[in-house]
Amino acid sequence: MLEEKALVGAPERSSPARVEKRPRRLTLGMRQRLIGTVAVVLFMLAWEGFVRYGLVNPMFTSSPTRIVSMFIKMVQEGAMAKDLRVSGVEFAAGYLMAVGVGIPVGVAMGWYRDVEAALQPFVAALYSTPRIALVPLFIIWLGIGIWSKIALVFLVTVFQILISTEAGVHAADESLIRTARSFGANDRQIFTSVVLPGAVPFLIAGLRLGLGQAIIGIVVGELYAATAGIGYEIAVAGETFQIDRVFVGIVILATAGIVMMWALRQVERRFESWRPQRQHA
Amino acid sequence: MLPECARAGGPSRPDGRDSRRFLELLSGSLRSILEIRDPIGRLVRYAVSAKLEAADVTVRYENVRTGVSTLALDGFSVTVQPSEFVCMVGPSGCGKTTFLSALDGLLPLSGGRITVNGKVVNGPGRDRAMVFQSPSLLPWRTVLRNVTYGLELQGTPLRNAYERARQMISLVGLEGFEHYHPSELSGGMQQRVNLARALVMDAEVILLDEPFAALDAQTREFMQAELMRIWQATRTTAVFITHQINEAIYLADRVVVLTARPGRVKSILPVTFPRPRELRVKRTPAFLELEDHIWGLIEEEARQTLKSMNVVHA
Repeated sequence: MLEEKALVGAPERSSPARVEKRPRRLTLGMRQRLIGTVAVVLFMLAWEGFVRYGLVNPMFTSSPTRIVSMFIKMVQEGAMAKDLRVSGVEFAAGYLMAVGVGIPVGVAMGWYRDVEAALQPFVAALYSTPRIALVPLFIIWLGIGIWSKIALVFLVTVFQILISTEAGVHAADESLIRTARSFGANDRQIFTSVVLPGAVPFLIAGLRLGLGQAIIGIVVGELYAATAGIGYEIAVAGETFQIDRVFVGIVILATAGIVMMWALRQVERRFESWRPQRQHA
Repeated sequence: MLPECARAGGPSRPDGRDSRRFLELLSGSLRSILEIRDPIGRLVRYAVSAKLEAADVTVRYENVRTGVSTLALDGFSVTVQPSEFVCMVGPSGCGKTTFLSALDGLLPLSGGRITVNGKVVNGPGRDRAMVFQSPSLLPWRTVLRNVTYGLELQGTPLRNAYERARQMISLVGLEGFEHYHPSELSGGMQQRVNLARALVMDAEVILLDEPFAALDAQTREFMQAELMRIWQATRTTAVFITHQINEAIYLADRVVVLTARPGRVKSILPVTFPRPRELRVKRTPAFLELEDHIWGLIEEEARQTLKSMNVVHA
């Protein structure tokens, strides 16, 4: 008995010791971050160089330094804060509504066959419609203020979240449900202890997919008709040939996207600490 | 060793109908000895203090997709005494696992009935706990929380559950691994958690569905010895399903050999090696002889299955 315990216990106990033997080597995470940083810096330098030495027409392009100085100028002009606020509110309101509707409806569709049967036609129809095409309708119904954009963000996001959540509930491990039943779990307990935790990875994937869609929703909505917002700034700057201003808008959107993706990644990590660490080459 | 039923009247065995009537007589009231007259008027005395009783259990299930109905168990009867370890072996597909699912209450019976302590089984209950073939651990829970899972479902206060779970974890030899996740454990360790999760329920009967089938040959041997050690400590009534004949003999007080599908009792063989048993008992002549005998019984069944298959194909 003891032999077997020692046998199976051995790998877990010996692995920290093995790491200590070569303290000089960078950890995998550090190494990857370093490579990433170097790549980005090289890209920025190359970009700046191309523009500085006139290899591309500076009229039609921008460069990292010009984007930074334009950003500072725009902040000083004072419009930036308002644009950020408007776009931020549109995004937050639309996205949160999508989460608030998408998760419960997705869960209901995954858990109850009848709900799925009732809602599936609508979900399928709306999901396959390019919802961006509804922008003119929203403008007519809700005006050119923030509400038309909130509606658009909501609509482009909600289906990603809903469909992922439903898939997560469907993917519940049959053998775990059987185990739970054997231990006397009722339906509610099976749902909270087996189905919901199992659906979390799907749910977070849905939140991430929805995030990208939501940002597209804001920009398209504001490009089409708006009075403020990052997308609005991009549209105005583009029409007046201010390339640097367009790039500032793009960089802001990209940064916002990256930051939020990172935040979701942290949430995912928090929920998935139990998953085996994948081995990279 | 208590035989299945202690008979005073003579060697003749009551037929199925008789034993059913006897069970009807028995329902509800629990007496230790029941006396009835067999068809030729002799007095038959039954020991009825059985922990678990399956009488004429019949299970027929239908494939939802194809509509084909299969008779998995046909008039399967077996009695398990308190603190007895019963192993069931039989040819592949003979309905062993079906029977265990029925015992656990996960499968509706088409006929017959199952009682635990005289109480009819009609669904999962706290008087039975199952050790599944696959560890079936919740991957997001630690070892400790997996072991408390069944207790939590029954509303045991968490602190109380932790205390009992820790005792059981140390009994199965996983002390120090309480906060590991299943993915960080070897297959053998996962099965120990699976075992602890069932044992902690303190059930009347523990049901084990080929728990060591997926382990490598060496680990399986050690786990058999471990199971014996643990069982010796708890003495919970156990029904153990396996494909491996020597595993069955090593563990069991009695080995029940099943027929090919539909499953019926082909033979019940007492195993009298003294306990605690060491693994080397498996290499004694008496053990090998019994193993050979059971092999013969199963081979007979398997050959019949093959023959009937050839008839179908011809």
